[in-house]
Amino acid sequence: MTTLISYLFLQQYWWIIISFLASLLVFLMFVQGGQSMIFSLPGNDLQKTMIINAMGRKWEFTFTTLVTFGGAFFASFPLFYATSFGGAYWVWMAILFSFIIQAIAYEYRSKPANVLGKKTFDIFLFLNGSLGPLLIGIAVATFFTGSMFSLNYMNQVEWATPWHGLEAIIDGRNLALGLAVLFLTRTNGLLYIINSIEDEDLIRKSGKKLIMNSISFLVFFLFFIILILLSSGFAVNQQTGSVTLEKYKYLYNFIQMPVVSILFLAGVISILYGIGTTLFKGSRKGIWFTGQGTVLAVFSLFLVSGFNGTAFYPSAYDINSSLTIRNASSSLFTLKTMMYISFIIPLVAGYIWYAWKAINKKKITEEEMKEEGHVY
Amino acid sequence: MIENVDLALVDWSRAQFALTAMYHWIFVPLTLGLSFIIAIMETIYVRTGKAEWKRLTRFWMTLFGINFAIGVATGIILEFEFGTNWSNYSWFVGDIFGAPLAIEGILAFFLESTFVAVMFFGWNKVNKKFHLTSTWLVAIGANLSALWILVANAWMQNPVGMTFNPETARNEMINFWAVLFNPVAVDKFLHTITSGFLLASMFVLGISSWFLLKKREEWFAKRSILIAAVFGLLSSLTVAFTGDMSARTLADVQPMKFAAFEAHYKGKQNAGLTAFGILKDSDEKIGNKTIKEFIFRIEIPGFLSVMTGGNKDTYVPGITNLVNGDLQGAQILSVIEKMGRGKIARETLNDYKRARMMDDKVQVENILVFMRSKEFMEEYFRYFGYAFLKSPEDAVPDVSIAFYTFHLMVMLGFLFILIFILALIFVFRDTFLKNRWFLWIAMFSIPLAYIASESGWVLAEMGRQPWIIQDLMPVSAAVSQISAGSVMTTFILFAVLFTALLIAEVSIMVKQIKTGPNH
Ligand code: HDD
Ligand code: HEM
Ligand code: HEM
Repeated sequence: MTTLISYLFLQQYWWIIISFLASLLVFLMFVQGGQSMIFSLPGNDLQKTMIINAMGRKWEFTFTTLVTFGGAFFASFPLFYATSFGGAYWVWMAILFSFIIQAIAYEYRSKPANVLGKKTFDIFLFLNGSLGPLLIGIAVATFFTGSMFSLNYMNQVEWATPWHGLEAIIDGRNLALGLAVLFLTRTNGLLYIINSIEDEDLIRKSGKKLIMNSISFLVFFLFFIILILLSSGFAVNQQTGSVTLEKYKYLYNFIQMPVVSILFLAGVISILYGIGTTLFKGSRKGIWFTGQGTVLAVFSLFLVSGFNGTAFYPSAYDINSSLTIRNASSSLFTLKTMMYISFIIPLVAGYIWYAWKAINKKKITEEEMKEEGHVY
Repeated sequence: MIENVDLALVDWSRAQFALTAMYHWIFVPLTLGLSFIIAIMETIYVRTGKAEWKRLTRFWMTLFGINFAIGVATGIILEFEFGTNWSNYSWFVGDIFGAPLAIEGILAFFLESTFVAVMFFGWNKVNKKFHLTSTWLVAIGANLSALWILVANAWMQNPVGMTFNPETARNEMINFWAVLFNPVAVDKFLHTITSGFLLASMFVLGISSWFLLKKREEWFAKRSILIAAVFGLLSSLTVAFTGDMSARTLADVQPMKFAAFEAHYKGKQNAGLTAFGILKDSDEKIGNKTIKEFIFRIEIPGFLSVMTGGNKDTYVPGITNLVNGDLQGAQILSVIEKMGRGKIARETLNDYKRARMMDDKVQVENILVFMRSKEFMEEYFRYFGYAFLKSPEDAVPDVSIAFYTFHLMVMLGFLFILIFILALIFVFRDTFLKNRWFLWIAMFSIPLAYIASESGWVLAEMGRQPWIIQDLMPVSAAVSQISAGSVMTTFILFAVLFTALLIAEVSIMVKQIKTGPNH
């Protein structure tokens, strides 16, 4: 067994798992997208309650995916965990704060004696809904644009700016991906509402809002993709492990990995189709297409950032400190042990699917909100 | 870089970790125990089909939900804090330490969060059996997550199943089962989950007592008390048993912590166990640390020796012996000696790095042979962390904190056993209403359970100072290089936010309790 499975294979295997978890996370952030619209979308209190309950039944999945994404990254690429979290301190802290306030907001907002007041918890939901996707998008963009760190001979990170990661926000490319992710989660949020809530008026409103959100998504996303394809990327010399800037690196990655390009295009088309059938055909199943599309597109972007001899966490400050799936990974033994553990993921996905179906069997309606014992 | 760490940074980072962990731990034990209590209640409901049992289940489930949400909110920070605040640590041992965290996510958190959704929203949507199964799965998931995180923590207390890889300058896992079945992990898991069961039982017992005092919901309160008393008694006995197991293991793997929580300075045979005592500063010192002595002490003669070695003749080393070394009573190296060996290990690593940098192949080969030898691992690398200590007394934790937290926890442990026994007696005789004093005691014991539980962690964590990984890495070498001011800022933000959330939580909880199960 040991001889059959090479170290490189395991490193690639784990990068695939990480990419998959990341793509699931971005899809599941439709919950955040929905939250970011609780003040602007509903026309009355009942509609707001329905939106919040539609999202509230799913928030745990998103949250747990984020936690598992973090844990899996730690186990498989500990140097990334140490470097990025310990260096880009403020970005990650901001992301964390935006998730702490979410976790209690649903359960507490409508309970009597909640001291802080319903309004505060709704603001918490809104903040998490907007800042979460934006900041995560920005953090992911640095996988392409680079960060300001160096590693010493003991692999300890030093950050070159006192902003500890916040400087990433002023880079136009990072911001573009941040906004693209935000508008994508809002698009998905709207489509999920259309799919799961039974309310004519709300569905019409959501359809209207879908137009602007999906256009904004497309604009920022294309902007980011085009800039990335045209800019230089961080290439790893397979022999020496040294990293250099290479022109059109990401464009070449797409060309040299046709499977990834196909996945990416399929993703984008699926997203467009989901939006299109909803807008033009009045379909209510758009979320399934945009959801799948989101997973495919994000998945392939992650592959482009780490495969084909590319540094997935490049340093713009000290290029040779850049992290690659080879130099940042766990040992062969740990990756292998974790691979066996990962075989259980399909089972986990299976029961999540089953439980999800059981809960979503009934659509959310006015009556359901009155009958259901547990309403947020 | 490590040599001149900013002490304020280390202290703020520790304070932040302690703050967030202790907040997290306010909510976790209740989740661990209440999930099982609810599952038992729902099982009775499904078996008997009586609507009252459903009402009872749903009441405790509402309280569970309120507690659960804030447990989740505080947990995510801890996970990411290993990266944000202890990044050098995360790299040095991430190869071993990351695995349980990832497994926790994949195996446990998803189980918990998926079935929590069914548990809360599924009453009208899935059948009774599926719902009941979900409730049990939530309980199992919660306790599974405890397993993995405690495996991770136990590894820091007693690093096993790994070796040092000079190539990468980090520790790497070589035996997964050794990590999982680390004796400290086994003790910790059993002691911690059962202490959670105990706390939840006390919670249910106390609140039900309040209903009886108010003469409300008698049927409901008595049924709840019955379940809490049985579950609580079983758990509290197990807690005492597993606590004793933990202490015995410590005598072996963390003798300094063991000596500290007994305030045992001078090694001897026939050493007595302190049942209770009060400490004061003596005139003597070890380095710059003042030795404590007893103003007052109740001793069980010979018992400490019996606990550690099975008989009265066993020699139990004290703090002084552990610092100065003791080649008579036991083969103990002095801290100075360990510091010397740690430095040799560190120098060897530096030589290796230098040779690599200069591409001196012969030298690289020579050093590698030494570093891969058993001798290097067992005689030198083992003490790697000591290279970072400034003076020998740095190896001594805060004795007063360890001593008081330990003895408080143990005394409360025996008090809880007594309370659950009494509760059972009153249940079977049905004489609660005649013994109002007991109802008051039960109610006021709820906070005591929290105090015992937090004390346990303070003992476990502060008692292992200065180590983040026993003997291998002190906290000062583990910390991320950020400014102390940044960590102070996030500390304050966490403190304010968590306190606000805690106040909201308690207030909602109290309101729901007062509203009662009718709603
Ligand atoms: C003995 C048990 C225990 C201990 C020592 C800890 N936890 Fe915990 N944790 C739980 C038992 C638990 C739990 C019972 O499973 C929680 C509490 C409420 C909940 O939802 O799950 C939880 C929640 C929870 C969550 C949210 C999970 C979710 O998405 O639902 C995270 C990320 C962590 N924890 C992480 C940690 C870390 C990094 C710890 C160590 C420093 C830690 N916990 C100590
Ligand atoms: C939830 C229960 C826990 C509580 C209440 C708790 C409590 C504490 C306290 C009080 C400290 C501060 C010690 C000091 O600096 O003097 C601390 C430190 C620490 N604990 Fe825990 N702990 C818990 C669980 C864990 C677990 C499960 C892990 C590891 C998986 C862990 C890892 C650490 C680390 C890395 C530090 C910082 C380094 C240090 O100061 O030693 N803790 N914890
Ligand atoms: C009855 C006698 C008890 C004994 C002899 C005992 C013993 C111990 C010991 C020796 C430790 C330190 C373990 C370590 O550092 O690795 C510990 C930790 C702990 N104790 Fe206890 N304990 C008792 C009762 C309790 C009670 C009543 C509670 C709570 C309700 C409790 C909760 C804890 C917790 C949460 C920890 C930290 C986790 C751990 O390290 O296992 N204990 N206990």
